[in-house]
Amino acid sequence: MAEPVLETRGLTKSFGALRASEDVSIDLRPGEIHAIIGPNGAGKSTLIAQICGALRPDRGTVRFAGEDVTALSVLARARRGMARTFQISALAMDHTVLQNVMLGALGARGRPWRFFAPVLSDRGLRETAEAALERVGLSDHAATRTAELSHGQRRQLEVAVALTLRPRAFVMDEPMAGLGAGGSKRLTGFLDGLRSEAPILLVEHDMDAVFALADRISVLVYGKVIATGTVADIRQSDVVREAYLGEEA
Amino acid sequence: MSREAQVNLAVVVALVLLPLAAHLMGESYWVTLATRAAVLALAGVGLNIALGQGGLVSLGHAVFFGIGGYSMGILAYHAQTYTPLIESFGLPGTNLMPVIWLVAAISAALAALLIGALSLRTTGVYFIMITLAFGQMFYFFALSWPTYGGEDGLSIYVRNRFPGVNTLAPIQFYGIVIAVLLLALLLSHRLARSPFGLALAAARQVPARVAAVGLDPQRLKLVAFVLSAAVTGLAGALFADLNRFVSPTMFSWHTSGEIMVFVIIGGVGRLMGPVVGAMVFVLLEHLLGGISEYWQIAFGVLLLLIVLFARGGLIGLVAGREKAHG
Repeated sequence: MAEPVLETRGLTKSFGALRASEDVSIDLRPGEIHAIIGPNGAGKSTLIAQICGALRPDRGTVRFAGEDVTALSVLARARRGMARTFQISALAMDHTVLQNVMLGALGARGRPWRFFAPVLSDRGLRETAEAALERVGLSDHAATRTAELSHGQRRQLEVAVALTLRPRAFVMDEPMAGLGAGGSKRLTGFLDGLRSEAPILLVEHDMDAVFALADRISVLVYGKVIATGTVADIRQSDVVREAYLGEEA
Repeated sequence: MSREAQVNLAVVVALVLLPLAAHLMGESYWVTLATRAAVLALAGVGLNIALGQGGLVSLGHAVFFGIGGYSMGILAYHAQTYTPLIESFGLPGTNLMPVIWLVAAISAALAALLIGALSLRTTGVYFIMITLAFGQMFYFFALSWPTYGGEDGLSIYVRNRFPGVNTLAPIQFYGIVIAVLLLALLLSHRLARSPFGLALAAARQVPARVAAVGLDPQRLKLVAFVLSAAVTGLAGALFADLNRFVSPTMFSWHTSGEIMVFVIIGGVGRLMGPVVGAMVFVLLEHLLGGISEYWQIAFGVLLLLIVLFARGGLIGLVAGREKAHG
């Protein structure tokens, strides 16, 4: 089996008496979508924060692209090719859509120390950014102020920014959140094709999307992974049904 | 041309033509007043890079203004007394403006690098307090440094030289100041649209995003702080040259507050905001200051009205809401 791109081993994180993550070991292999599901408060956000570097685990390690990145910062991990999207869109609202994507392209290039030439006439950055907008279907909105985008369009923009990073892995925090049925379906189709470029660790509430997309699913409950397996495994698992899916049915 | 571009152009034309008209009518006092406004505007243009573009509420920019002022004061003092700047090297002072400016801008930038590296670990009100504390440290240091006048300050009897210009003629000195101001405005305008400016503005709005694309938001802000300080330091040198006098007052927190007030009144983050703010300040200071020494009460009311009802400052009031740079 191919070496995992991203891997956590025994991640544990407590906030006071609350165990937000307990001995979480998951991995993300080339070409796959690995979905993390779990009820509210299961510790999904805490897990994402530890994977991306915003939170230090109390114990355990995060390996990325063959390297132990546990002690590295968010930006050091980003530079190694970890592209995250945010659950609540973290976009510069005063900027145009194009500017937001160009920021990603600029980050990927990594040399922001140019003080005089207009960024919008930088052909390289612009082409990368426009290509990413094209892919998510936002080309017509390139000049729109981000604050004026609909919720769904902001989700698309989040993905476009991640695309410009040419990442080794995507870490997506509820990309479908708040999307209507149509938008959710479109994004599902898009992510489906994206896995061949880089594997996706997908934290998601939308079960239709998860069951349609995931190669593997891990179920997180009270900070613990209670099951990992294929869609069929998870659907049939009694443990999972009891702990999680049962509640929804 | 956008509404704001039209307003900006009108301000530039006024900056060039009004003092020239005053000069031709023999009103050299008004030329000096315009010079004062332009120098203070330059300090505001500097602060606006940190405050407007970087979102850094620095209440310590008087440090850089004062460092600029004392750079001029110290260099010119040694030149006028024919004493070496540093005894053991025999390094002389100078009364040449370009050299003084360079020293002022670099000294202010170095101070900002140090202050910024420490203060930028904090945010919000703590950042404001730390920058304020640094300001007070410099203020009391200047106050108790007898070599260069202590609390009496330093008088420079002859305005410094600039090749080919009679700097003692008010309109010619104004010409120098306005050239520097326009250059700084050009740099500030280009900066806002540059790759650095894009990343900086994003670091102001969503630092988490900037880090997630692999750029360091803190480093971007630090560089903005340093650039900002260099411009304000340059303004300090010109301010000292305008008055031919430097004193610890330049370091006081009132000065920091005033520079910030220009920016707020004119419009935070707007290119011409500090210019309009400084013009209004100097004008009111002149018109109302003659009536009552408490004229700043009226000024305070104006500030209050702008903060409450016109968040884009006077520029925002005239030109409308800022468009995304596109």
